[in-house]
Amino acid sequence: MDFLTVGFTVSLLAAAITYGTAILLACLGELVTERAGVLNLGVEGMMLMGALAGAATCLATDNVWLGSLAACGAGAAMASIHALLTVGLRANQVVSGLALTLFGAGLSAFLGQPIVGVPLPTSFQTVRIPVLSEIPVIGRIFFQQSGMVYLSYVIAIVLWFYIAKTRGGLRLRAIGERPEAADAMGINVNLLRTWYVILGGALAGLGGAAISLDTNPGWVENITAGRGWIAVALVIFAGWNPARALLGAYLFGGVEALNFKLQGVGVAVSPFFLNMLPYLFTILVLILATRQSARVRLGAPDALGIPYQREDRG
Amino acid sequence: MASPTTGWKLERLPAPSQRASIIVPFVSIILALVAGGVLILAAGQNPIAVYRAMIDGALGSKSGIAETFVKTTPLLLTGLGVAVAFRMKLWNIGGEGQLYLGAIFATWAALYGFNSASGWVIVPAMVVAALVGGALWGLIPGALRAYLGVNETITTLMLNYIAIQLAEWLVHGPWKDPASFGFPGTPQFPDAAWLPNYGTTRVHLGLIFGIVAAIILWVMLRRTRWGYEISVMGESDRVAHYAGMPTKRTILLVMALSGALCGLAGMSEVAGIGHQLQRNLSPGYGYTAIIVAWVARLNPIGIIGVAFGLAVVLVGGDQLQMAMSLPAAIAPMLQGIILFFLLGGELLTRYRLVRIGSDVPVTEGAGD
Repeated sequence: MDFLTVGFTVSLLAAAITYGTAILLACLGELVTERAGVLNLGVEGMMLMGALAGAATCLATDNVWLGSLAACGAGAAMASIHALLTVGLRANQVVSGLALTLFGAGLSAFLGQPIVGVPLPTSFQTVRIPVLSEIPVIGRIFFQQSGMVYLSYVIAIVLWFYIAKTRGGLRLRAIGERPEAADAMGINVNLLRTWYVILGGALAGLGGAAISLDTNPGWVENITAGRGWIAVALVIFAGWNPARALLGAYLFGGVEALNFKLQGVGVAVSPFFLNMLPYLFTILVLILATRQSARVRLGAPDALGIPYQREDRG
Repeated sequence: MASPTTGWKLERLPAPSQRASIIVPFVSIILALVAGGVLILAAGQNPIAVYRAMIDGALGSKSGIAETFVKTTPLLLTGLGVAVAFRMKLWNIGGEGQLYLGAIFATWAALYGFNSASGWVIVPAMVVAALVGGALWGLIPGALRAYLGVNETITTLMLNYIAIQLAEWLVHGPWKDPASFGFPGTPQFPDAAWLPNYGTTRVHLGLIFGIVAAIILWVMLRRTRWGYEISVMGESDRVAHYAGMPTKRTILLVMALSGALCGLAGMSEVAGIGHQLQRNLSPGYGYTAIIVAWVARLNPIGIIGVAFGLAVVLVGGDQLQMAMSLPAAIAPMLQGIILFFLLGGELLTRYRLVRIGSDVPVTEGAGD
C-alpha cells in the first residue's frame, strides 16, 4: 500500500482542492448572504438547481462555461424567491430557507428526470497553468486543476478584497451589522440585501455546476448529497471570513478525497462508515468553531436573521 | 432625502386578524397549486389532468384512501416530533435521522432482543426501543446546543446522513438476511412483531399511536407548566432565564421528546409496513414533517389534519408515477411551493397594505 508517500499525499491534496471547490463556492455565497444580514438555509436546493441547469445546458450547447452561467442563473432565480419572502415580505428566514431546499430538491428531480445518467458531451478538463504548474508540489496541488477551480480562486480573492477593502464591502457589512445606521447613511438596506441574497444564490448555483460539470459530470437526483448543508456549517467555521472559508472547504474536500482514495486502495473499513466521515467532520468542526467564536467573539453579523423594517415616520 | 409622497406601505396590525388567519391559508394553497400548475405546464404536462390523477389516486378508491392513511402515519408522528422542538424555536430538522434510529432500535428488539416473545411483549418492547433510539439521536444535538451552544439546525441535519449510512451498513452487513440473495435487507420480523392492520388494508396500529400522541401532546402543551415553559423559552431565552426556568434541562427534554416521536414513526414503518429493516425506509418523511408542523402552526391537533392533507399529495405523487409515468418528485416540489405561499400569505394576517400620499394634499417640499 502506498500510504503516506509523498506522491499519495500530494495527489490527495490536489483532490482535496478539486472536491472542495463546490463547497467553497456555495460557502462563499452563503457568507455574502449572511454578511448582509440574511440567513438562507436553501443552499442545498439552490445547488441542486444549479447542478441541473449546468448539466442540461452543457448537454444542449456542448459548452461548460455556458453551463456554468446557466447554473448561476438558476441559483439566482431560486435565491430571489427567498429574497422576496424574507426581505420583501419579512417571512421567517429559517422556514423559507428550508422550503427552498425542499422545493429545489423536488423541482430538480422533476425537471431533471429526462437527463438522469445521460453522459455529458464534455466536462471541465485539467488545465496546466504554464510555469506555475511546474513548481514542485505546489504546482501539482494548485495549478493542475480545472477552469472551474481557477474561477473559484478568483472569486474567493475578489470577495475577500471586496468585503475587507472597498466601500461596497463596508456597506455590505453595515447592512448586516447595523441596518438602522446604514439606513440613516442613506443606504437602501432592503434593496441591497436583496441583491446580496441573489448573488449568494448565483454562487451556490455555480457550486452545483462544480459538481455536475466537473467532479461528477452529469445529472442524477440529489447529486449534491448534503454539500449545501456542509457549506452552511462552514460559514460558521469560517467566522464569516472568505479566507478561512477557503481553508475549511479544502479540509472538507480532503475528507471526501480521502474517502475515495481509501476505498480505492481497499482499506478494510466499511464504505458506509467512510461515507459518514464528512458529516461527522462537519459536526466536529462546528463544535470547535462554536467554542472558538464564543472565546474571541468573532461572530455572526449582529443583525443576522432579523428582517429590517424602518421605524414608521408619520 | 425626499421620502416618496405616494405609494404603498405596510402597516402592522395590533393583533393578527382573525378573519385573515382563516381565509389567507386557503387562498395561499390555491395560489400555490396554480403556481405548481404553471411549472407542470412548463414541463409539458396538463396540470388539470395531473391534479385530477393525484386526487383520484389518493382519494378516489378504497385502496387509495387506505394508502393515504398509511402515509399519514409517519407524517403525523414526525410532524408532532419536530413541532415540539419548533415550539421552543429549536430547529430540529433531524426528524429523518431520528426516524431511522427508531427503526433500527425497533428492528433490534424484533429480531434479536425479544424475537421469541409474544406480541404483548414484543410490540411494547419495539415501542420503547424506538422511543429510546430516536431520543438518543435527538439528545446528541440537544446536548451540544444546551452545553456548548452549537447550532442545532446543522447538527440535526448531519445526523440524518449518518443515521442513513448506519442503516445501510446494518442491512448490507451484520443484519443482512443470508437468504436474501444479495438483496440488502434484514430478515422478516417474527409474526408477533407485525403491527395489526385495519381489515385487509395496509393501515396499521401506528396511526392510532399517532392520534393518541397528538392528543397527549396537545394536553401537555396546553395544560402543564412544562408546556408553558416551552413557549416562553421559544419567545425569549432571556425572559425564561430571569423567570428561573431551567433552560438547559428543557432543551434536553424537548429534543429527547422530539426525537422519540420521530423514532416512533420509524418503528411504525418497519413493524407496520415493511416488516423488516430495508434501504430507503423513508422518502423524506422527516423533511415533510417540517411543513406539516409549520402549516399546522405547531398545533398537535392541527397536525393530524395537515399530515393527512400532505399524505394526499404524497400518495397522489406516487400514483402519478404509476399512472402517467411522471416523477413522484412532483410531491416535494408542490410541498415547497405551498410552503412559500403560506409564508408569504402569513404577512397579510399581520400587516395591512395602506396607500400613502394619494389622498393627502401634497405641498411643495413635503418630503423634507
